Amino acid sequence: MELEQTAEKAPPPPGLAGRLVAWWMRGVKWYGAEWYITIAGAIILLFILFITLAAPVLAPYDPVVEAGPTFEPPGPTYLMGTDNLGRDVFSRVLHGSRVVLPLAFISALFALFIGLPVGLISGFAGGKTDRVLSLIMDSVYSFPGLLLAIAMVAVMGPQSQKVIKSTAAGMGIEISGDALVVLSAAMSIAVAIAIVYVPTYFRMVRGQVLSVKEELYVEAARSLGARSWTILWQYIFPNVIPSIVVVFSLNVADAILTEAGLSFLGLGLPPPTPDWGVDLNRGKAFLPQGRWWMITFPGLMIVFVTLGFSMLGEGLNEILNPRLTEK
Amino acid sequence: MRSLRAYIITRTLLTIPMLFVLVTLVFLVLRIMPGDPVEALIRPGAPREYIEQIRHSLGLDKPIPEQYLDYLGRLLSLEVWIAPADQEVTPVVEVLLPPGEPRLAFRFAPPVFFQFLLLPEDPRLGLGIWPGRPLSHNSYLIQFPTPGTPAESLPLQVGFVDMGTSISPVRGRPVAWDIAEKFPATLELAICSIIVTMLVGVSSGAYSAHKRRSVADYTFRIYSIAIWAMPVFWLGLMLQLILGVGLNLLPVYGRIDTGLDPERITGLYLVDSLVTLNLPSFMDALKHLILPSLTLGLYLSGIFTRLTRANMLGTLQQDFIIAARARGIPERVVVYKHALKNAFIPILTMIGLQFAALLAGAVLTETTFSWPGMGSFVVERIGYRDFASIQGAVVFFAFLVASVSLIVDIIYARLDPRIRY
Repeated sequence: MELEQTAEKAPPPPGLAGRLVAWWMRGVKWYGAEWYITIAGAIILLFILFITLAAPVLAPYDPVVEAGPTFEPPGPTYLMGTDNLGRDVFSRVLHGSRVVLPLAFISALFALFIGLPVGLISGFAGGKTDRVLSLIMDSVYSFPGLLLAIAMVAVMGPQSQKVIKSTAAGMGIEISGDALVVLSAAMSIAVAIAIVYVPTYFRMVRGQVLSVKEELYVEAARSLGARSWTILWQYIFPNVIPSIVVVFSLNVADAILTEAGLSFLGLGLPPPTPDWGVDLNRGKAFLPQGRWWMITFPGLMIVFVTLGFSMLGEGLNEILNPRLTEK
Repeated sequence: MRSLRAYIITRTLLTIPMLFVLVTLVFLVLRIMPGDPVEALIRPGAPREYIEQIRHSLGLDKPIPEQYLDYLGRLLSLEVWIAPADQEVTPVVEVLLPPGEPRLAFRFAPPVFFQFLLLPEDPRLGLGIWPGRPLSHNSYLIQFPTPGTPAESLPLQVGFVDMGTSISPVRGRPVAWDIAEKFPATLELAICSIIVTMLVGVSSGAYSAHKRRSVADYTFRIYSIAIWAMPVFWLGLMLQLILGVGLNLLPVYGRIDTGLDPERITGLYLVDSLVTLNLPSFMDALKHLILPSLTLGLYLSGIFTRLTRANMLGTLQQDFIIAARARGIPERVVVYKHALKNAFIPILTMIGLQFAALLAGAVLTETTFSWPGMGSFVVERIGYRDFASIQGAVVFFAFLVASVSLIVDIIYARLDPRIRY
C-alpha cells in the first residue's frame, strides 16, 4: 500500500473548476467503480429534477388535452407521437414526473416515519418486544409486496374519497370533482406502498441498532449515567442515518415501479392523469396494431428514473458502508 | 452440534406463527381499512334492506372478533370422521361451542395448493377421486376411494379448505375451486421462468466472474442493474412488440389456441400434452409459453447474475481451485464445474427468497400476456370487488411463500451443516 506522500503535491488548478476536479479525483481514488455509478445516478436525478420542475415550460402541449390527430407516430411536430385520444406523448411523459415522483417520495417518507422509530425501539429494547415486532415485520416482508399493495388499494380505493373529503373539510378546504378523485387515488396508493415498505426500513434500522448497541462508547455512555433516550438519540441514531439514506433511495425506485405496476393493472391514478403506468396500461391495447410509441417512451422514462435512484442508492451503499473486500 | 431433524422441526414450527401473522394481516387489511366492502359492491342508491341482506349473507354483520374466528376456523380445518363410503357422514371429532357461537370445527385438509390436483367436478381424474357431498356451509367433501373396504375401517376424509364463496360472476362458486383451476397456469409459468432465470443469470454471472474486468463483465453488470429497473410488464410489452408484432414470430396472448388444449390431468399443459401424446398441443403450448416465461425469467435474472458473480469470485480464490489448476484440469472445467458447484448453494436459497418477487412479477406478466393464471384471477376479481376471492388468493399466496421458504431453508440446512438454530 502506498503511503501518502508527505512532500507537497502540485497544487490543484485554481478556482472553482479546480476544486471540483480535485473532489472528483478524490472520489475516484477512494471509491473506485462505485463512484462513477453514484455520480451517474446523481446526474440522472438532477436531470429528472429539472424535468419535473420545468415540465410546464418544456412540454409543447397540454398533457391532458387533445393536441392533434390520434395515433400519430413520432415526428417533428409530436416528438413522441400522439396517443389514442390525440394527446402528445412527449408532454405526457414530461408531466408524468410531476405526478409520479412526489407520490413515490411521499410513500417512502410514510414508510420511513413508521419504520424508523419502530426499528429503533425494537432493536434497542430487545427481548419480547423485539421478537414480536420482528415476527410481524418478517411476515410482511416475505410476502409479495405488489399483492399486498393490490389488496389494499382494492379495498381502500372506493372509500378513500370520503376520507379525503372529510379530512379536507376538517381543515376548512373544499375539494371536489377531479381533484378529489386524483387525490384520493394518490393517497390510497401512497399508503398501500408505504405499508409494504415499512419492514425494509425496520430490518435495516434494527440491524444497525443491534450492531451499534454493542459498541464500547455506548457502554461508556451508559456507565456515565446517560439515559436510554439520550443514547438512542445521540449515539445510535446518527449511525443509522447512512443506511436510511440508501434504503430511501432504493425505496423510491421501487415505489416508482410498484406505482407503475398498480397503474398498469388499473388500480392507479384515474385515466386523464399523465402517469407513466396509466399510459402503459392504455397503450397495451394498441400494441398488436403496431403503435409502439405509446408504450415505449413512458416505459423508457420509468427505466431511466428508476435507474437513477437505484444507481444512487447502490453507489451510496458502497460509499457509506464499504465492504472490506471488493474483488 | 444440533441435528438436522431438530432444525427441521424448529423451522417448520416457526412457519406457523408467520402464517398466522400473514393470515391475520390479510383479514385486518380487508376488514379494518376505511370503507365498507358491501357498499363498494353494490351500486349506490340500492335499498337499505338489500345491503343489509348481502351483509348478513356474507357474515359481515357479526362482531369482528367473531368474524375473525370464523375466518380462522374455515381456513384451518381439521375433521376426522368415521364414515363408510356410502353412508351419511358423521363427525366424530368436532369442537363445538354452544349453538350460535362460532365453531372451530377441526377438519384437516391437505395443503391448499396440492388441491389443484383434485377438481371435484371431474370424475375422470386418474387418482380416482370423485365428488363428495356438500357438508354444511360451503364445504365439500372429497372421499378417497375405498373399494371393498369394510365399513369399520376409517378412511380419512378430507374437505376442501373453505375460503368462502365468490360473489360474481358465478354466484356461490367456492373460491378454492377457482384457485384450483387457475393455479396450474401460474405454476407452469413460474417453473419455466425459473428455468430461464437460472440459465441466463447463472451462466452470465459465472462468465462474468471468470472474465473479470472484460467487456462482457461490465456489460453483464450493467445488464443486471438495468434489468431490475425495468418494470416487468414493460419488458413484456417490449418483447411482445419486437418478437410478437414486429417479427411476428410468437403469439402474444393466452396460453394456447382454442381447441388445442390437452386433456386435463395435472393442469400443466406441457405435462398433460406429453402424457397424452398430443404433439400439436404440446408445440402450441410451448410457443405460447416462450414470451411470458422469457419476460418473467429475464426480469429476475439480474439478481442472479450479481449473486452468481459475487459468489464465483469468492469461490475462485479458494485453494482447491489453485490445486485443480495445478493438476492441469482445463480452465473451463475448473470454472464451470468445480467452482460453480460450490458457489451454487446460496443461489438455490436465493430462488426461495425471490419466490415472492416471482409471484408479484407473475401477476403483472399474466396481465400483460392475458395468461389465465392466479395473477390475472386476482386482478379480475378486483374489478368485480370480489373480496372473498381476493382474500382467498392472497392467503393462498401466503401459504405458497411460507412453504417455499420452508423447503428452501431445509434444503440449505441439509447442504450446509453450519446452519442450525
